[in-house]
Amino acid sequence: MSIVVVGLSHKTAPVEVREKLSFSDALVPEALKMLLRYDGIREGLILSTCNRVEIYTCVLDSLKGVEQIKQFISDYHHCSPASLEQSLYIHADMQGVRHAFRVASSLDSMVVGEPQILGQLKDAFDTALKAKTSGLMLNKLIKKAISVAKRVRTETKIAESAVSISYAAVELSRKIFGDLEGKTVMLLGAGEMAELAARHLQHNGVKSVLVANRTFEHAVELAREFNGSAVHFEDFPAEMVMADIIICSTGAPTYVIGHDIVHKALKGRRNKPIFMIDISVPRNIDPEINKIDNLFLYNIDDLQGVVNSNIEGRTREAERAEEIITQEVETYLQWEQSLDAVLTIVELRDKMEDIRRKELDKTLCQLNGITEDQRRMIDAMSSAIVNKIVHAPIVVLKQAAANAESGDLLSFARKLFNLDKELKKHAHEKGCGSSGKDEPGKG
Amino acid sequence: MNLPFFYAALCSYLLAAAGYLVYIAKSDLKWPALPSFWATVAGFIFHLLYFSLRWAESGRIPITSFFESANFLGMGIVLVFLIMELRFKIPALGSFMLPLVIILMIPTVILSGDIQEMNTVLKSGWLGVHTSLAVLGDAAFAFAFIVSIMYLIQEHQLKAKHLGTIFHRLPSLDIMDTLAYRALTIGWPLFTLGMITGSIWANSAWGTYWSWDPKETWSLITWVVYLILLHLRTIGWRGRKMALLSIMGFIFVLVSFYVIGRVPMGKHTF
Repeated sequence: MSIVVVGLSHKTAPVEVREKLSFSDALVPEALKMLLRYDGIREGLILSTCNRVEIYTCVLDSLKGVEQIKQFISDYHHCSPASLEQSLYIHADMQGVRHAFRVASSLDSMVVGEPQILGQLKDAFDTALKAKTSGLMLNKLIKKAISVAKRVRTETKIAESAVSISYAAVELSRKIFGDLEGKTVMLLGAGEMAELAARHLQHNGVKSVLVANRTFEHAVELAREFNGSAVHFEDFPAEMVMADIIICSTGAPTYVIGHDIVHKALKGRRNKPIFMIDISVPRNIDPEINKIDNLFLYNIDDLQGVVNSNIEGRTREAERAEEIITQEVETYLQWEQSLDAVLTIVELRDKMEDIRRKELDKTLCQLNGITEDQRRMIDAMSSAIVNKIVHAPIVVLKQAAANAESGDLLSFARKLFNLDKELKKHAHEKGCGSSGKDEPGKG
Repeated sequence: MNLPFFYAALCSYLLAAAGYLVYIAKSDLKWPALPSFWATVAGFIFHLLYFSLRWAESGRIPITSFFESANFLGMGIVLVFLIMELRFKIPALGSFMLPLVIILMIPTVILSGDIQEMNTVLKSGWLGVHTSLAVLGDAAFAFAFIVSIMYLIQEHQLKAKHLGTIFHRLPSLDIMDTLAYRALTIGWPLFTLGMITGSIWANSAWGTYWSWDPKETWSLITWVVYLILLHLRTIGWRGRKMALLSIMGFIFVLVSFYVIGRVPMGKHTF
C-alpha cells in the first residue's frame, strides 16, 4: 500500500482553474465517500483551500491509484482528464510523504511560513475522520505532518517572519490611502485569512471594522472581537459607502459584488477610492470591476506578486526547514517499513492458519471413529508443524521490521508465500483492524 | 557678467535631477535623495543670484523676454518644489520636477540671453506683479501636472498588479490626488490675479483692459479649462480622470508659454 497525493496549487494552476476544481466544505464528506468507491483507493482526504486542492490517499497500487484519482477529479468536476494534466502534480510514496510534510509546514505555501495552512489541514483531517475515510495510513501521515509542522515552527524562524496575505493587504492599502488612520474596513464573510488581514489592518491604524455575514449572529460575534459593528448581509451594499477596504471571503459559489453595487458605492463615496481584496475561491467579486476608476481589486494570486520579495529573505530558514523534513520523512518511512513487516507477518500467520484449518477439516471428515482426544492431538500436531515452519521466516521478518532497507526481503517473502493475491480480498480490513489498535513508532 | 551664476544653477539642477533619478530607479539606495535636495537648493540660490544681478543690470524685473520668462518659470517651479519637498518630504517629486525644469529651460540655453530694450510705455510696477503672479500660477499648474503623472503611473501599476521599482518610491494615491488638487486651488487664484493685474496694467499702458490678443485669448481659455477642472472636482471627480484633466490643463499652459507667446502678433510677443 502506498501514499499518493494528487493535486494542484497556486504553483501549477491559476485561480480560474483552482476555483473550478475546488471542493466546498459542505460537500467534502460526500466527495470523500465517492472517492473511496474507486478501485484500489483505501483511504482518502481532501484538502481544498484558496491556494490548493489536494487529494491524499492510501492506495493499493500507486500507478493505478493515480489514474483512479484523476478519474475521480474529472468525474466530480465534470471535466476531461486531459484538461487536468497541465495543472495536476502527483507525489507517490516517499515523495507523497514529503509533500504532505512540506504543505503542513507551510513550505509549499504561497507565502512561505503563513500559519493558516496547518489549521486547514487539521480541518480537512477532521472531516475525513468523521467521514471515516481516513484510516491507519493517513491517520499516521497527517498526525505526523502536524507534528513536523510544529517542529519546523519552533526550530526555524520561518513562521516568525511570516508575512502573509495580511501583510500584502496593509502594504497595498498604504499605497492607495497613505495613512490608514481613520479608515474603515469591511469584512464580508469570515475566515481565518480574512480575520487575520483585518486584524493586521487594525494594528496599522484602521479605525473601524464592519462585519457582514449571512449568519447575523456570526457577524455580531466577530464584530465584538474587533470592537466593530455588525451589518446584516442584505445591507452590505449600502454600508459599502463607509468602507475604504473590503475583504471578501464568503464562500458563495457566485459573484457577490458586481458592477452595480460598486458603482453605487463609489457614487455615494464621491469617488473616494475603494480597495477590495477577494480571498475567496471561487471568487466572490467580479474581476471586471478592477477596470472601474478609483477601485482596486486584488485576488489571492495578485497578492502573491506583492509578497514575492519577502520570500527570498527567508530562503535560508526554509533550507533548515527542508532538512527537518528530510529527517522526518526518514522516520516516517521507517515506521511504514515496520508496518509492512508487521502486516506481512500477520498475513503469513493468517494464511498458514487458513491452510491448516482447511486441510485439518478435510482429514477429520475422512477419519471415522476416532475419539475426541485423538482429534485434539491431530489438531495440535498440525498447529505445531505450521508454527515450526513459519517460526524462522517470522523471526527474519521481525528483524526486517527494525531495518529500513528490508523492502526487498518483504516483497520476496510476500511472493514466496503468495500473500498478495489474498491481500486484495481480505487483508485490508484485517490489516487495518489489527494494527489500528497499537500504533507503533511515535517519533 | 552674471552668466556663470546661470550655468551654475543649471549644473546644480542637472546634478539634482540625476541624483533624484538614481533615487527613484534604485529602490535599495536611499542616500541620493538628500544631496539631490541640497543641489536643488544650491541651484535655486544661484538662480536667484543670477536673477537679482540681471535685475540690477537692466534696471527692471527681468521677465520681459522669452529667455527671461522661461528662466523665471523654471525658478518658480523649483521654488514650488522646494516648498512642497520641505512640507511633505516626498523625494520622488524631485525625480519628476527637476527633469521638467531642465526641459522647460532648454530654450534659455539655446536662445540669446542678451538684455533687450523695453518699450517705455510698459515700464510700470504692474509688470512685476502681473508676471510674477502668472508665472507662480503656472508653476503651481506644473506641480499639479507632475503629481498627476506620478498618480497615473502608480494607478496603472496598482491596476495592472505589476509593481515596478518606481512603485516603492511613489507616495500614496490619496496624497498625490490631494496634492494635485491643492496645487490647483492655489494655482488658479494666482492665475486669476495674474490676469486681473495684467488687465489693470494694460489699461494704464494702452487704456484698454482687454484687447483679445492671442496670449490674452489663450490665457482665458486656459483659465476656463482649470475652472471647469475645479468644478468637476467639487462634484466628485477624483483620481485618474482628474489627473488626465490636470495634464491636459498644463498642456494649455505650455502652449500658451512656448507657442502663443512666440507668435509674432499681439502685445505679449517677446
